[in-house]
Amino acid sequence: MSATAAMEVNAEARRILAVSISKLYASRTQRGGLRLHRSLLLSLVMRSARDIYHSSRENEGPSCAQPTPEEPMDTGSNPGELTGLPEPQPEPQPALNSAELASEEPDSAEEDSDSEITEDKENLSPTRQSRKRRGKASAAPDFLPSKRARLEPGEERYAAPLGSCRAGAGESLTALSLNRVIPAF
Amino acid sequence: MGRNLKVPGQVCLHHYHRSFGLPGIRAQQPPSGHDTGTEHRLRHHWRPADIISTVEFNHTGELLATGDKGGRVVIFQQEIENKNQPQFRSEYNVYSTFQSHEPEFDYLKSLEIEEKINKIRWLPQKNAAQFLLSTNDKTIKLWKISERDKRPEGYNLKEDDGRFKDPNNITSLRVPVLIPMDLMVEASPRRVFANAHTYHINSISVNSDNETYLSADDLRINLWHLEITDRSFNIVDIKPANMEELTEVITAAEFHPHQCNTFVYSSSKGTIRLCDMRVSALCDKHSKLFEEPEDPSNRSFFSEIISSISDVKFSHNGRYMMTRDYLSVKIWDLNMESRPVETYQVHEYLRSKLCSLYENDCIFDKFECCWNGNDSVVMTGSYNNFFRMFDRGQRRDVTLEASRENSKPMQVLKPRKVCAGGKRKKDEISVDSLDFNKKILHTAWHPQDNIIAVATTNNLYIFQDKVN
Repeated sequence: MSATAAMEVNAEARRILAVSISKLYASRTQRGGLRLHRSLLLSLVMRSARDIYHSSRENEGPSCAQPTPEEPMDTGSNPGELTGLPEPQPEPQPALNSAELASEEPDSAEEDSDSEITEDKENLSPTRQSRKRRGKASAAPDFLPSKRARLEPGEERYAAPLGSCRAGAGESLTALSLNRVIPAF
Repeated sequence: MGRNLKVPGQVCLHHYHRSFGLPGIRAQQPPSGHDTGTEHRLRHHWRPADIISTVEFNHTGELLATGDKGGRVVIFQQEIENKNQPQFRSEYNVYSTFQSHEPEFDYLKSLEIEEKINKIRWLPQKNAAQFLLSTNDKTIKLWKISERDKRPEGYNLKEDDGRFKDPNNITSLRVPVLIPMDLMVEASPRRVFANAHTYHINSISVNSDNETYLSADDLRINLWHLEITDRSFNIVDIKPANMEELTEVITAAEFHPHQCNTFVYSSSKGTIRLCDMRVSALCDKHSKLFEEPEDPSNRSFFSEIISSISDVKFSHNGRYMMTRDYLSVKIWDLNMESRPVETYQVHEYLRSKLCSLYENDCIFDKFECCWNGNDSVVMTGSYNNFFRMFDRGQRRDVTLEASRENSKPMQVLKPRKVCAGGKRKKDEISVDSLDFNKKILHTAWHPQDNIIAVATTNNLYIFQDKVN
């Protein structure tokens, strides 16, 4: 995957994440209280976007030639779309391309969070492990608000759940906000 | 039974010409103060409280109830003139209006509880009065709608206007008599079913036993007896022990039309579970799970959102059920769990626009769907005030529009077409010109005849099959 394509996907994922977060904050002041269904759907989109964002940031770097094991794309069925990405198009195109990448990401994200207590460390792909150790991920994306979430009265701050560990310490806010979407009320 | 719908493409519907959104009346000034009779819902500047949130025919189709965002219920009654004549034309007039729910405040959670009516369901008629259930996010109410057309006259101790007589002036004794009066329709709340739902109620469904009903919120389904308000039975609970593990919510639920032990509920993941209440008290374990494998080529950021089911409806004969997700309508045979037997694309041209629809919130819209009386045609709404009908037997479909500008009274509705791409033909509408603020979420079909009620944002349209 080329660097420009990764950047496009990255930008798209960032935009979707930003839109999602603003929707999330807006829904807190909505009449009738937080809607569980809507919050759940928002968190699912945010999780997909977050995973795309991280995987595309990774691919901006050296590995642009081969798809990483973490993203087993349907190279068999759609080779053209991956290798020959179109020029900047109206937004549905980048979304669709990032969706190609996303085809496996949400599944692995779901699996991870479902089994977050019994994470199988042995079978982590090398890329995932290296992401765990990398330092530059500690810089939070610039579109997110400040790292420390505002606490409601009586709330306690606690460590991010296991499932987000692989994203690195700096991403704890994103993981925290995603996982706390549901129990926020 | 009603006449069969003609072949779509030649579908002929009359624009209901009496009260709702008629070009002829448009020149009138909006009435001041309260709405009266035929001018109801005809406003030049509508208020958010007027947004229609549910539409439901009763079991005979004579009554049509609508609920709105302001917590009001308006019931229309069919004026049956010469029903057997070829010129039969039904007119629905306002029968009763009442405030069903008021805004409330949950002090414990510091949350306002909206008065918006989420669903109305009629009870089958047992005596002279009509009963319906209406619900907002938290409370279900049973309303009795009764007619009064006589009043007593000739009291001994009171004047006719209600003032008490001076006892010293009473010299005779008489028996009061009932004399006819102008018809008055009264709505009174008979039961209030409250405090049983932590999350927002999305469905109610009356059982075929006419004694119980279910109410469903995001995570739980409760079973009530119509006579008992201080307790309900929880029959489905999908709340995880740790809310952070939540992956799906309940989006709709309905009792089987004939089997009083069977109900279904749909989820945000696109699955439907059929449960049998005879199996166990808590129906967490489903009897059947209906799920279609996802088409991997359609995978996108928003796949999860668009697969969320917004409505589920049994067919009248109880052999099928229909589900509505964001882009399609699916018909399932209750005997086959692996995939639907029919799938109809409502507005497939929106698949490439999902990102924009996410940004403007339209992707969260919850469309409903309905069957016609003999289960041969299904109907659902779309954007730009379009609604779609799918004739299952003829394998044809039609797109129609509910709007004042584009339909005159008694005029046959013209089928519409959306141009998805390429060269736009005359009379076609391009996807980019669609008005996404004009959405038809709620539609209802008369249980016997070819009469449909279609709710745009704040107007109700009633259409009828063409009469020759």
